[in-house]
Amino acid sequence: MPDGVAAHADPPASATGFGGAGHHPALQHHFQTLDQQHEAATLGMWIFLVTEVMFFGGLLMAYLLYRVWYPEAWSEGSLELDIIQGGVNTVVLIASSLTMALAVRAAQTGLQKATVRWLLVTMALGLTFLVIKFFEYKHKYDLNHIPGPDFEFEGPHAAQVQIFLSLYFGLTGLHALHMVVGFSLLAVMCWMAHRRRFSPEWYTPVELSGLYWHFVDIVWIFLFPLLYLVDRARQAG
Amino acid sequence: MSGHISPKSTYYAIFGALMVLTAVTVTVAFINLGALNFPVALGIAIVKATLVILFFMHVKYSSRLTKLICGTAFFFLMVLFGLTLSDYLSRGWFTAPGGTAGAGTQVTIGPPAPTEGEPAEPAEEPARAPEP
Repeated sequence: MPDGVAAHADPPASATGFGGAGHHPALQHHFQTLDQQHEAATLGMWIFLVTEVMFFGGLLMAYLLYRVWYPEAWSEGSLELDIIQGGVNTVVLIASSLTMALAVRAAQTGLQKATVRWLLVTMALGLTFLVIKFFEYKHKYDLNHIPGPDFEFEGPHAAQVQIFLSLYFGLTGLHALHMVVGFSLLAVMCWMAHRRRFSPEWYTPVELSGLYWHFVDIVWIFLFPLLYLVDRARQAG
Repeated sequence: MSGHISPKSTYYAIFGALMVLTAVTVTVAFINLGALNFPVALGIAIVKATLVILFFMHVKYSSRLTKLICGTAFFFLMVLFGLTLSDYLSRGWFTAPGGTAGAGTQVTIGPPAPTEGEPAEPAEEPARAPEP
């Protein structure tokens, strides 16, 4: 940019029609246009999500290796999990991804009330997921299936099943933690949308929260088959 | 802003596809395919994740740089899995000259033999040659 300050306000003023105001209030001074700002923010979010993939990747690696080592124990542990609750949670979470996508779309098209409404539906579905998860954990607690000194398990490979259940709680627990973080993000988005902070020109926070929410959904898309499903055939015979 | 706005019908269609794939993966899980159960379940999960990434997360309409970063996640995950498994799974394949099959860090598949070496271990310590 040849002459910094003077040229700074020019492109947005003409491009977005904010007339004498100079530029959109959300435009930060180190970006030339809102599009550029949005692109940079999205890219940053994606880089963060890559680190999140690797974060879960380490645990999945442990799951994979122990699965190769202790296939019988993995099968015993997996059959302990409630496929109905896991399945319902899968449907709930994918549905919440749909409503999240619709919330972003509403923000893109400037429908503030619809944005708030879809965000509330998404949060309700997220909460439903966590409540079902709570009852799953509660059931495990009642059976003394929580890894640790009080761990009890009927079966020939109890010690290895304990490793399976450790990874089960590690993976689903971290996933649930991400759900709580996502839920909080959506609550903030809801409040901002309610205050009419978003417009078709600037809805970046909704979009980025959406990316996070979809990522959490994708983690579950992998956890559900890996933890609940893969050994069902052994049960069926 | 010039962000791509997908029609609602796209989102509903993707949701429908994800539901169908969920039903398929649950159904297939109860059919005994032997060693194929695991890759099939993983394959369906990858298809579902791809649908979410492309359409819900708008990567289909994103810049090539975003697509590249997104692919990076998959690439490094494969490096993590590939290199780790190529180490662990190949242990015990080869025996070095002068060695035995039991030498090195061979992995035992299945539960480890219970407490065979434990009583012997304390006795081993004094047997070592004292340092000059």
